[in-house]
Amino acid sequence: MSRVRRQLRTRAVGAISAVAAVGLIAGCGGSGGTGGTGGGVKDGKVTITMGLFGVMGFKETELLDRYMKENPNVTVKAEVAGDEQTYYTALQTHLAAGSGLKDIQGIELGRAKEIVDTQADKFVDLSGIAGIDHFLPWKLSQVTTPDDKVLGLGTDIGPMAVCYRKDLFEKAGLPTDRDEVAKLWEGDWAKYVKTGEKFKAGNKDGKVAYLDSASGLFNAMIYGNSQQFYDKSGELIYKDNPVVTEAWDLASKAATSGLTAKLRQFQPGWDPGLANSTFATTVCPAWMLAHISEKAGPENKGKWDVAKAPKGANWGGSFLGVTEQSPVKEEAKKLIAWLTAPEQQAYLFQELGNFPSSQEALKAPEVVNAKSEYFSDAPIGEIFGAGAQEIPDEQVLGRKDGTIKDIFSQGLTLIESQNQSPDKAWKTTDERIEKAVG
Amino acid sequence: MATSTLTSEQPRGPRPRRQRSALLHRLDLRGAPYAFVAPFFVVFAAFSFYPLIYTAWISLHHVELASMNLMEWVALDNYTALWEDERFWNALANTFTIGVISTVPQLLMALGLAHLLNYRLRGSTFFRVAALTPYATSVGAAALVFTMLFERDFGMINWLLSVVGVDNVDWENNKWAAQTAISTIVIWRWTGYNALLYLAAMQAIPRDRYEAAAIDGASRWQQFRSVTVPGIRSTIVFTIVLSTIGATQLFGEPLIFGQGPNGITGGAGNQYQTLGLLLYEEGWKNYQMGRAATVAWVMFLLLILVFVLQRVVKRLRSRTSS
Repeated sequence: MSRVRRQLRTRAVGAISAVAAVGLIAGCGGSGGTGGTGGGVKDGKVTITMGLFGVMGFKETELLDRYMKENPNVTVKAEVAGDEQTYYTALQTHLAAGSGLKDIQGIELGRAKEIVDTQADKFVDLSGIAGIDHFLPWKLSQVTTPDDKVLGLGTDIGPMAVCYRKDLFEKAGLPTDRDEVAKLWEGDWAKYVKTGEKFKAGNKDGKVAYLDSASGLFNAMIYGNSQQFYDKSGELIYKDNPVVTEAWDLASKAATSGLTAKLRQFQPGWDPGLANSTFATTVCPAWMLAHISEKAGPENKGKWDVAKAPKGANWGGSFLGVTEQSPVKEEAKKLIAWLTAPEQQAYLFQELGNFPSSQEALKAPEVVNAKSEYFSDAPIGEIFGAGAQEIPDEQVLGRKDGTIKDIFSQGLTLIESQNQSPDKAWKTTDERIEKAVG
Repeated sequence: MATSTLTSEQPRGPRPRRQRSALLHRLDLRGAPYAFVAPFFVVFAAFSFYPLIYTAWISLHHVELASMNLMEWVALDNYTALWEDERFWNALANTFTIGVISTVPQLLMALGLAHLLNYRLRGSTFFRVAALTPYATSVGAAALVFTMLFERDFGMINWLLSVVGVDNVDWENNKWAAQTAISTIVIWRWTGYNALLYLAAMQAIPRDRYEAAAIDGASRWQQFRSVTVPGIRSTIVFTIVLSTIGATQLFGEPLIFGQGPNGITGGAGNQYQTLGLLLYEEGWKNYQMGRAATVAWVMFLLLILVFVLQRVVKRLRSRTSS
C-alpha cells in the first residue's frame, strides 16, 4: 500500500516538474518568431487591427463603422494613442521585437524617412494596389524606398494657417475680419510677431498671451522650406541652414518678449489653455482644427477663426502601412486603400479639417467650398488650399526629423519657461542633437 | 527517463521491479527538492541572469533598436562616454536628491503614523486599511492625478496657493519645485506601506516594557524614543534598504509627471531626469541600445557599490564599538 502511494507521489512530482519546465520553455519561445498582430481569419470572419495616434479621424468620424457595415465579414479594431512620441516609441519596440504589432500601423511624416531607411522590410509593398495614382506626387514619394517599394498610403497633409480668437483680437483693438488679419502679417513671419507686440500693448488681461508656444512658430517657419534639418544627401545641416537659424531667432524673440503662454503643444496645460482661452493665436496645420474644436469645446464655438499664414508650409501628415507580419495583408490593403480613397479624404476634411493628400479629393467641390462652422464659417477649403499651393514640391526628409523637432521644442522651452539665454539654449540644443543622432 | 530505459531493456519480474522502485525512491528523496526549486532557477536564468549578461554584452557595442542584428564592437567606449557625459552626473545627482527628499520624510511620517495606529483606538482595522490604500493604486494613476494637481495654470495646488496670495508656481519647469512634486507622489504612495511594516514590528514589542517605562515616569514621547524606536530598529533598517532600492529605480512618477517628450528627458532642462529616465531616453527615444545598456549596468554597479560601502561601514563600526 505504502509503496503504491510512494510511486504515485513520485510520478506526480515528475509530472509536475515536467509540465512546469515545458510550460516555461513554451512561455519563453512563444513571444519570439512569428508573434501575432491580433488580426486573422476565423470562421470566415476577418479581423483587422490598427494602431493609430492623434486624431486621424477614422475612428472618430465612424468611417470604420461604415466600412464594417459595407463589409459585414470584416471587424476592424483600432487602438488610438494620444501622443505620437509615445506611439512611435512603442512601434519601434514592437518592430524590433517582432511582436505586438498591428496589421495596420500609422506612420507620421517626421518618422517616414527612418522607417524607409531602417524598417522597409517589415512593411508590405503597396505599389501594386490598383487606383492609388490619385495622391499628390510628393506624398507617396516620402515613403517610397530607393527600389520603389511604397510603404504607406497617404492620409492627410498639413498646410498651415493661423487660428485666432476674434473676440480677443477685438478686445486688444486689432481687426477681426480674416482677410484684414491676414494682411497684418502677409508674406513675413516677423510681421506676425510684430502684430503680437500690438496685441500685447492693447490687451488688458494679463492672463491672455498672444501665442501659445514659441515652438509652434518655429515649426511653421522651418516647414516652409524644402530642406530643414538634413540636406538631400542625408547630411545634418540644421546648424548652418538659414531657415532654421532665422526661425530660432524669431521664435526665441517671441519667447523672450512675453508674447507666448509658455505652453507646449499637445502637452498638459495646452488643452485647458484652449478651453479657458489663455492665448489668442496658434499656428495651425489643417489637422489641428479637429483638436482645437474638440478641446476648446462648444462654449468657444464661433469665437475662433482661421486666417492665411504669412507663408505656406507643410507640417506633418501621415501614412497608413501594412505590416509584413499581418496574416490578413490583402484585407488590410483593401481597408487602407478605401480609407485613403478620395471620397473618404474629402469626407474627413469636411468633418475634421484633415487636409486631403489626394489630388482628386482636392478638386472635389465639398473640399474646395468647405467651411468650418466651428471656426466662424471660415472657408477652410480655400484658405488651406491656397496654403497647400505654397508648399514646396520637394520636401527633404531626414532620419531623425521627429527627434530633432522635439529637441528644438525643448530648447525653446528652456528660453520660455526656464529663462535661459537663447545662445545658451542653442548650445544645449546642439549638444543634444549630436547625442541623439550620433 | 531512466525509468523508461529500465522497463524497455529488462524483462519484467519481481527483482527488477523492486530495483526500479528503489531507484525511484532515491530519485524522489534526492531529486524532488531540486524539481521543486527548479522553476525558480529556470525563471531566474531566463528573466534575470540571461538579460543581465546579455545587457553587459550589448553595452560593449554600438547598436540601434531598429537594427539589433547589426552590432559594432566598441569595447568600453560607451562607459567612458557616459563618464564624460554631464547628463549622467546630472541624472545621478537628481536620483540622489529626489531619493532623499522622498525617502526621509516618508519614513519619518510612516514612523509617526505607525505610532498613532499602535494606540488602542476604535476602528483600528479601518485606519490600517486606509493607510494601505494609496499603495494599492497604480503608479500611473497616482502620477496622473498629481500631475493634474500640480498643473501650472489650472492645477488645484496653485489655486490653493493663490488663495493665500502666492503667485503661480511653474512646478514642472522649476528644478526644486519639480523634484518636490515628484517626491510628493512617492511619499503619498509609500508612507502607508512603511507604516504598516513598522506597526507589525511595534506590536511585537512586549507591553511590559511600556509599563515599566510608565512606572519610571517616562512620557509618551520618551517611551517612543527609548522603547519603540530601539525595539523596531531592524525593521527600520529593512525599510531604508527597500526605499533606497526604490529610489534608485525611480522612473514612472517623473516620466508621467512630464508627459510626452518632456517626461522622457526629465524636463526641458533635464531638471528631474533620474538614471531610470536617462536609460529610457537613450534606449527608447534615441534608440541607442548600447548606451542604454551601459546606463543599466552602471546603475547595477552603483547598487553593488552602495551595498559594499554599507558593509564596510558596518564592519568598521562594530570594530570600534568592540
